[in-house]
Amino acid sequence: MLQFKELKKLLKTDFANLPSIKMALVGDTATQFLAVAIKGMGISRNYNIDLFEAEYNQVERQFMDPTSELYEYDADIIVVFQSTHKLGEYHSQLSVEKQLTLAEDRIGFITSICSNPVLAKKKIIYFNYPEIDDTVFGSYANKVTSSFNYQVRKLNFELMNLSQQYPNLFICDIDGIQSKYGRNFMFDTNIYVGTEMVISIDALPYVASRVMDVVCAIKGQIKKCLILDLDNTVWGGVIGDDGLEGIRLGHGLGIGKAFTEFQMWIKKLKQRGIIICVASKNNEETAKEPFEKHPDMVLKLEDIAVFQANWETKVDNIRNIQQILNIGFSSMVFLDDNPFERNMVRENIPDITVPELPQDPGDYLEYLYSLNLFETASYSNLDKDRTKQYQVEAKRVSFSKTFTNEADYLKSLNMISKVGGFTKFDIPRVAQLSQRSNQFNLRTIRYTEADIKAYADDPSIIDLSFTLEDKFGDNGLIAVVILKPCDSETLFVDTWFMSCRVLKRGMENYTLNTMVECARKAGYKRIVGEYLPTAMNKMVEKHYPNLGFKKIETAETDLYELEVESYQSRECYIATQTNKQ
Amino acid sequence: MERKEVFEKLNEIFRDVLDNEEIELNDNTCADDIEEWTSLTHIQLIVEIEKTLKLRFTSEEILEWNNVGEMVDSILAK
Repeated sequence: MLQFKELKKLLKTDFANLPSIKMALVGDTATQFLAVAIKGMGISRNYNIDLFEAEYNQVERQFMDPTSELYEYDADIIVVFQSTHKLGEYHSQLSVEKQLTLAEDRIGFITSICSNPVLAKKKIIYFNYPEIDDTVFGSYANKVTSSFNYQVRKLNFELMNLSQQYPNLFICDIDGIQSKYGRNFMFDTNIYVGTEMVISIDALPYVASRVMDVVCAIKGQIKKCLILDLDNTVWGGVIGDDGLEGIRLGHGLGIGKAFTEFQMWIKKLKQRGIIICVASKNNEETAKEPFEKHPDMVLKLEDIAVFQANWETKVDNIRNIQQILNIGFSSMVFLDDNPFERNMVRENIPDITVPELPQDPGDYLEYLYSLNLFETASYSNLDKDRTKQYQVEAKRVSFSKTFTNEADYLKSLNMISKVGGFTKFDIPRVAQLSQRSNQFNLRTIRYTEADIKAYADDPSIIDLSFTLEDKFGDNGLIAVVILKPCDSETLFVDTWFMSCRVLKRGMENYTLNTMVECARKAGYKRIVGEYLPTAMNKMVEKHYPNLGFKKIETAETDLYELEVESYQSRECYIATQTNKQ
Repeated sequence: MERKEVFEKLNEIFRDVLDNEEIELNDNTCADDIEEWTSLTHIQLIVEIEKTLKLRFTSEEILEWNNVGEMVDSILAK
C-alpha cells in the first residue's frame, strides 16, 4: 500500500491529462487529509479526481439546503463520511428512549439523500461505521437495544439493506478495514485531539484505496478472470513428482488445510461469476488428475473455464486464455507461487494484475483479502452461469471448424434472440453489462441500475435488450441498445454494446435490423450513431461504416447516419422471439 | 540521545515530509519560518517523528510547542 506521504507527492505530478472524475467529499470530521489521500490514490489508478471538499461538519446543511455548494458543484460521485465518533457524541446526549431510534434516525437521513430526485443520477458512496466498543455495558450491550454498540451494529446492518433498495447507494466498507487492521491502527488518539481527524495517517491510504475501488468499479474497471498456477498454488507439492497421494490437500492438521481453504475462496469467486482458468506447466493428464480423483479437491474441472496445462510459457498460455475469453488483460488476475513466473508474466503482459503471493501458503488468503481485487458495482444471479458459457464457447469453436462455409455454420446453430424493452428482470443485467463491456461498446457510457430503470420508464426512449440462444446453450442477455430522440425525425444511438462472446454470429446485423424496424414504427427517418474511442474499443472503430452508415463529414466527432426508409435488412440467421418474460 | 542527534534526525524528517531540501532547523525555528509547515503538515511531522524515534507524544504536547527547541525538549524528556 502506498503511504500517505507518497500519495501526497503524487499530487505534485502532472496528472491533468488523466481522465477526470467529478467527486465531492462531505464529512462530519476533518477530512482534508482524506481528500489528499483520495486524490493521490486516484492518480495512482490513472484518474484525475476533481474533488469538491465541503466545509467541516456540514453534512446535513450540504444535503438539506438546495442552494448549497454541494448541489452547485454537481459532482457525479458524492462520498459521505459520517463518523462513528460523532455518532457516539450524539448518542451520549440522547435520552434512553431517543437512543433506541438512533440507527433508524440516521437511516432516515441517508434515505432522504438517496431518494432526493436531484441526486437520482449521482452515485453516493457512504462509509459504514467502524465499531467503537465503549464497554458501557460490556458484552451485555448485545442485550441492550439502546446501547451504542447495539445501535452501531444495527446501523451497519440497515445500511446494507438500504443499499439494496437504492442502486445509486454504494457502501464503502471501512469497517472491513478496521476489522482487518484493528482500531488502534485506524484511530490515533493524540492526533484526533488536535485535529478532529478520526482516521490515522497510516490508515488513510487504506480508506482512500477502498473508496477508489468502488469508484473504479463504477467506472467499469473490474476483474473478471482469475488464472491459477497449480503446483504449490492450488495444492501443496508438485503433482508430477509427488503424485496424487503425495500432494498436500485437505482438512486436519498441516499445510493442506491452507490450500483447501484457498480453494474454497476461489470456488466462491467462481460462484460469484469470476471466470477461473488454469495455466500450469504440466502434462494435461497429470494436471487434471487431482481435479478428477483427489477427494479433498474443492475445485472441480467444471469450475474451470479454460484449462491450459502444457510446457509452453505461462505468458503464452495466458495469451491463449485471453483470446478464448475475449476480455482485456486489465481485467485478469494471475496467481502463482513462483516469483520467477510472476515477474515474467508482469514483464510481458503489463496490464494483468499479478499479486505478490507470500511465501507461506498459510498467508495466501489473508494477503489476498487485503488487496480487495474483486470489487464490483453490480451483481446479478446470472453471473454464476458464466463459466458454463465459456466452456460452451470452447465447444462451439471446435464445432465451427467442421464447416467450410460460414453461413452454413451460422444456420446450423439454430440461433434465437429474445428482444424487447428493458424489464425489471433484466435491468440489473443491463446495468452490469453497461459497466463491464469495454471492447464492443460504441460510446462506453456507464449506467447504474437506477439510470437504466429511468430509461425503461421514459416513453421517449427506445430501449432494447437482446439475448442469444443456440443449440449449444443460452448466452443470456448479450446486447443492449438505447436510442434517444434528437428531433422528430432523428434517433441518436446513445448506447450500443455487446458481449464479445457472441462476436461473428451476425448479431450486429440482427441488432441493426431490429433498431431500424423500431425507428420505422415510431416514424423516425434517420438513425445517427457515434463512435467515441477509448483505450479498449478499437474493435468497433469501423462499426458504423461496416453496417452501411455514412460518415457525417461536417461533425467534429465520429458521427454516422443511416436513412431508415432506404434501409435493406441485413443478412443474418437469427430468429426472433418477442415474448420476453 | 544527544540534543545534536535529535536535531539531525528532525531535520531529515522535516525535509522529507515537507519536501524541502533547504530546511535547517534550530532551536528558534517555528512554523512561520517554513512555508510548508502548516497545521496539517504538522500532523504528518508528528506521526513521522513518533515512528522514527519510537516514542509517543501526548495530545497536549502536540498543541503546545512554540518552536523546534521545545519540540526537542519534549523528545529528550521521554
